[in-house]
Amino acid sequence: MYSQMEKTEGGDPKLQADMTDKERAFQDKIDRNIKIEPRDWMPDNYRATLIRQIGQHAHSEVVGQLPEGNWITRAPTLERKAILLAKVQDEAGHGLYLYAAAETLGVTRDQLTEDLLAGRMKYSSIFNYPTLNWADMGAVGWLVDGAAILNQVPLQRTSYGPYARAMVRICKEESFHARQGFHIMMKMAKGSDAQRKMAQDAVNRLWFPVLMMFGPSDKDSVHTAQSLAWRIKIDTNDQLRQKFVDQTVPQIEYLGLDLPDPGIKWNDETGQYDFSDPDWSEFFNVIKGNGPGNVDRMKARRAAWDDGAWVRDGLLAHARKKAAAKQLAAE
Amino acid sequence: MPEKAVNESDQQALFQFLLRLGDNTLVLGHRVSEWCGHAPVLEEDIALANTALDLIGQTQLWLGLAGEVEGKGRDADALAFLRDIWDFRNILMVELPNGDFGQTIMRQFLYDAWSSVMLGRLIKSGNPAIAEIAGKVSKEVAYHIERSADTVVGLGDGTEESHKRMQAALNYLYPYVGEMFLSDDTDAAMVSAGFAPDPASLRDEYDVLVAKVLADATLTLPDGSYTHKGGRTGAMHTEHLGHVLTSMQWLQRAYPGSQW
Repeated sequence: MYSQMEKTEGGDPKLQADMTDKERAFQDKIDRNIKIEPRDWMPDNYRATLIRQIGQHAHSEVVGQLPEGNWITRAPTLERKAILLAKVQDEAGHGLYLYAAAETLGVTRDQLTEDLLAGRMKYSSIFNYPTLNWADMGAVGWLVDGAAILNQVPLQRTSYGPYARAMVRICKEESFHARQGFHIMMKMAKGSDAQRKMAQDAVNRLWFPVLMMFGPSDKDSVHTAQSLAWRIKIDTNDQLRQKFVDQTVPQIEYLGLDLPDPGIKWNDETGQYDFSDPDWSEFFNVIKGNGPGNVDRMKARRAAWDDGAWVRDGLLAHARKKAAAKQLAAE
Repeated sequence: MPEKAVNESDQQALFQFLLRLGDNTLVLGHRVSEWCGHAPVLEEDIALANTALDLIGQTQLWLGLAGEVEGKGRDADALAFLRDIWDFRNILMVELPNGDFGQTIMRQFLYDAWSSVMLGRLIKSGNPAIAEIAGKVSKEVAYHIERSADTVVGLGDGTEESHKRMQAALNYLYPYVGEMFLSDDTDAAMVSAGFAPDPASLRDEYDVLVAKVLADATLTLPDGSYTHKGGRTGAMHTEHLGHVLTSMQWLQRAYPGSQW
């Protein structure tokens, strides 16, 4: 997921009559479910929106290494350590596919990284929350990756070919992540009193931030219409959020944990769970940079980038020397 | 299983030998995993996590076998998470802090080179369990040495800055290399059982491999032959290992007997 505040460039969708011939042909392809490929003509706003969305998604994978990396050295068994390492390695891999998909739109990974570090691009608000006990590793896999899957499964059908194909690979791995997260939660919820306390604490703390991952309520999400028309977005924020609550509440009950929101109640009439709204002022604050972890996350990423400059320069210089030597030998 | 290790002192030697292998991979895997999310480039985040993952997998095998040999009901987790510093048998080099990326990758190379030579011998171990693990693990190590050697060459022969940093890393780490080739009674018992080579016998092959890579990297071996030691015998670790264990073992120590 992780593209919760992307703004669609260019406002509301155009009416057929107002479209140029190219635009009409483009929209027609999308309506017929034909994928848009890198060399196809596309409206500038479509390109810009996708760069922002895919870039934000890629950044989220990269920043998302940090809250889980926080527990790798403290994982309680060798098997848990290995699974967590494999998971974080997968996230970095997702970042790589997504940057590659974004590059087909005419930006470079370095440009996107510079935009992130300069604060011009965002990543998912969820990664600005801390991971404070071992059950958070379960809750992140189960709830955070679970929420991401709900958003990403439909994106396998998104209109832009390279993005859709990256999503297919990513979804497979995310399902494994969600399962291993739930497995940790089962161990914790069925474990000692202290472990149950950790599990409950993790669910209580992460519940509302996870609901915020789907983005603001549809009524406040002004650019949804154009993204839906372009099939960059498939479901609305509120639809996905409801789906998440409906699938997750029974799982919390299965674990025997208390529900993290007293407002959660089954509604016979709608056939869905009612639940409380997250505190949207908190959400907008996190997006603005005032979340509990924003400053530290960006500081860590900036340090990685700045401290690593000599490595990137060194490897590049060596590759050039090798290429030059090869050319000389060929002459 | 170790049919040949019939008497108690042989069994104890085999246990110690396996701890040396497993503690090296455990502590190095821990160090490498500290890079997660902080590497200079995304490909390195992936590669370092992958290396750490392999090392932790190797730890499960070596310490798992160590626990069986010991025969006191300790599994790999009990050995990793519930021993104190004096029972750890890793070489000092792997417990040193990561330093910059250059120091991390130089250490990886100096270790991988030893590991690849050692595993080449252990594949032919007279102990079938050791031979089996060595066979499994040597495929991973072949990839590790290729990658760490390439990176050492790329950075050694990169820019002036990267060259300077890699030379500094080599100068810092080289006095810790000798410990990998020291022999004691444990090693002598392994040699006479036909389980493992004398560590000293690996040195020539190691030196040739290292010299070739360092030459390509335009780096120079530092003068002096002093060797820091005490890790693989447990006589004296560095101050750093205690901090590694403090974080690694914290959950198991704070909440004993829990299932995770």
